[in-house]
Amino acid sequence: MTRPTPETLAHSARRARTVTEPTGDADHTSAPRSGAVPAAPAVRQSAPAQVSGAGSLVRSLEALGVDVVFGIPGGAILPAYDPLYDSTVRHILVRHEQGAGHAATGYAQATGRVGVCIATSGPGATNLVTPIADAYMDSVPMVAITGQVARPLIGTDAFQEADIQGITLPITKHNFLVQTPEEIPRMLAEAFHLASTGRPGPVLVDIPKDVLQAPTTFSWPPTLDLPGYRPTLHPHGKQIREAARLMAAARRPILYVGGGVLKAGATEGLRRLAELTGIPVVTTLMALGAFPDSHRQHLGMPGMHGTVAAVYGLQKADLIVALGARFDDRVTGKLDSFAPDATVVHADIDPAEIGKNRHADVPIVGDARHVIDELLTAVATEQKTGHRADLTDWWTQLDDLRERYPLGYEEPSDGTLSPQYVIKRLGEIAGPDAIYVAGVGQHQMWASQFISYEKPGTWLNSGGLGTMGYAVPAAMGAKVGRPDAVVWAVDGDGCFQMTNQELATCALEGIPVKIAVINNGNLGMVRQWQTLFYGERYSNTELGTHKHRIPDFVKLAEALGCVGLRCENADDVDKTIEAAMAINDAPVVVDFVVGKDAMVWPMVAAGTSNDEIMFARGVRPAFDDEV
Amino acid sequence: MTMHTLSVLVENKPGVLARVSGLFSRRGFNIDSLAVGETENPDVSRITIVVNAESSPLEQVTKQLNKLVNVLKIVELDPQVSVARELLLVKVRADRNARGQVLETVSLFRARVVDVAPDTLTIEATGTPDKLDAMLRDLEPFGIKEMVQSGTVAIGRGSRSITAGPALRAA
Repeated sequence: MTRPTPETLAHSARRARTVTEPTGDADHTSAPRSGAVPAAPAVRQSAPAQVSGAGSLVRSLEALGVDVVFGIPGGAILPAYDPLYDSTVRHILVRHEQGAGHAATGYAQATGRVGVCIATSGPGATNLVTPIADAYMDSVPMVAITGQVARPLIGTDAFQEADIQGITLPITKHNFLVQTPEEIPRMLAEAFHLASTGRPGPVLVDIPKDVLQAPTTFSWPPTLDLPGYRPTLHPHGKQIREAARLMAAARRPILYVGGGVLKAGATEGLRRLAELTGIPVVTTLMALGAFPDSHRQHLGMPGMHGTVAAVYGLQKADLIVALGARFDDRVTGKLDSFAPDATVVHADIDPAEIGKNRHADVPIVGDARHVIDELLTAVATEQKTGHRADLTDWWTQLDDLRERYPLGYEEPSDGTLSPQYVIKRLGEIAGPDAIYVAGVGQHQMWASQFISYEKPGTWLNSGGLGTMGYAVPAAMGAKVGRPDAVVWAVDGDGCFQMTNQELATCALEGIPVKIAVINNGNLGMVRQWQTLFYGERYSNTELGTHKHRIPDFVKLAEALGCVGLRCENADDVDKTIEAAMAINDAPVVVDFVVGKDAMVWPMVAAGTSNDEIMFARGVRPAFDDEV
Repeated sequence: MTMHTLSVLVENKPGVLARVSGLFSRRGFNIDSLAVGETENPDVSRITIVVNAESSPLEQVTKQLNKLVNVLKIVELDPQVSVARELLLVKVRADRNARGQVLETVSLFRARVVDVAPDTLTIEATGTPDKLDAMLRDLEPFGIKEMVQSGTVAIGRGSRSITAGPALRAA
């Protein structure tokens, strides 16, 4: 079994260099953005030109400012790949369409621009379903382009036919089946507009093969025809003033910040609002990085695995100001016992989120950036007239909880490597400028808890859908979008086995991501539930990656053209991470072999009240005597 | 639970009905009746949906419908100031002995006979769901061989039009 030492590491890196052609990424000059603001389409005038439908598609992508697409060709989409061959748009050939979809999401999450993926009809399109559903749940601006069988064959159960428009109706913001080649530029422009404005989301454009082949005229820009689409960006002044009045009068207020704040690029305003009011802040799983973890007013993440202070802060609040958050069940716990004394101000760009789960006393429809800017003005006005909340008692309670119930973990008693320690050190060594991309499960929760997020766009994960296998392809997309950033995927051994084939893409395309496989030999989060709720009956959660070392992740990494490292004890953690950090011309996979019994704490068990939060197994914080 | 009548103006494009009906089933809302047809503007179709819901789920239905890109406008029609009608076609057993009595019911409800066979009459009636129910109760003793009913269509009273407005002009 290979156990790379620092000396062999350098050797591996050299070896990797021989198979990897590092690209200068000259065409990816986009600077990292502080906020996720969708880039304005590169509006270029283009005089009418005779092209094929496929040519019109590729020229539309160019005109929209697309620099990269992730995809796999196949029969129905094949006409599009011919003009793509000469295009300025970089096509990254993935190994599975699911990888293309998550890569588009990772690209979008890291840059704020629209991520684009391409697949052929039938199985190509259906393989995009999971990443599309994922992007829908997490409001990611994504455009998926699929080939469809030729128009005369539609509805005949033709070879590789699937009604992808019908299949994706419930998981897209909107979708199109292109009927004529003349529609291509307009529908593409509409798709990008829909994906990136209002509440962002995935949009699918399905194009029959004969439409791609037919001659047409391309001209730019097209006129958008979306009479039913009018997102409300600017909040109602009266509601803002009412919110500000409540914020000035509350005794136990809390700012409940969701992913909408990141998407709106409103993090700077959020910080000013928090500091102006002194109100404590919690950031959801989708909002990590929207408010610095190191900020004194940050209580951490609320919800099932949130901090005691954040859960308590929401639960006991007399005023919840929700900004771009949606009262998800993982945050509220049992809904009818959630924050029973709170008046709710709920600001969201999607009116349907307001009042969906929790009644909003002050509903505010608007873009988080405008909402926060206007709240700043309104709160300042309140303060000038002497209205300012006295939060001393509130902070005393919260500080006391933070002190008594900090995030922490116990070293495993069996001498195995602690997964939390690995993740904590990774965050400390890679630092706040790195982008961290998690899979789904225990490692995701530990990555949310033990890495300090200071900046927007540095934490990517599958929050709503909870898609195992998200991390590797999403990290690939993030690295393509922000080639200058260090991108670390924190993955589990279960997740990693779902999508690691994209490491071949990374190796060949010169996308040097780093993958920390937190390998506990098990489907860890499921095992944790079996430990807690199924009498320690471990039905089908042991993966054999410890017992049989199948697969051997180091050998697997090497087979995929990456550098493979392994770390099995605490003393080697730092130097292994540093060795991985030193390799910049090849993807690196580190197999961190960790103990299987570590659990994620605190925890609010599914379906129970937030009042039932457990700080650790058998340890329940005392809440009621404090208020 | 109370009945609510929604008039949903949508772009007249393929698949729009599937988007609307799919939304109802996916979000767990029950459709009591649904009718769709063109409006005075050929680019705009009007879907009349009767839903059985409390006011808070109804608000959620409306908001979710509004998110559909092809939906232009949604108006809830107040039964006090709107007219709602259904169309009923019913084939009733009516031999020579019963025919007179059946025709009496037909005229009582201002319905009309659209087809005659030796032992049946086919009757067309329009009206509110209540009126049509009452007529069916009256016809039942004769024997109903077959019936078909449309969804409710409804329109507000007075001179105001819900199809006027900037969004709809653009469509």
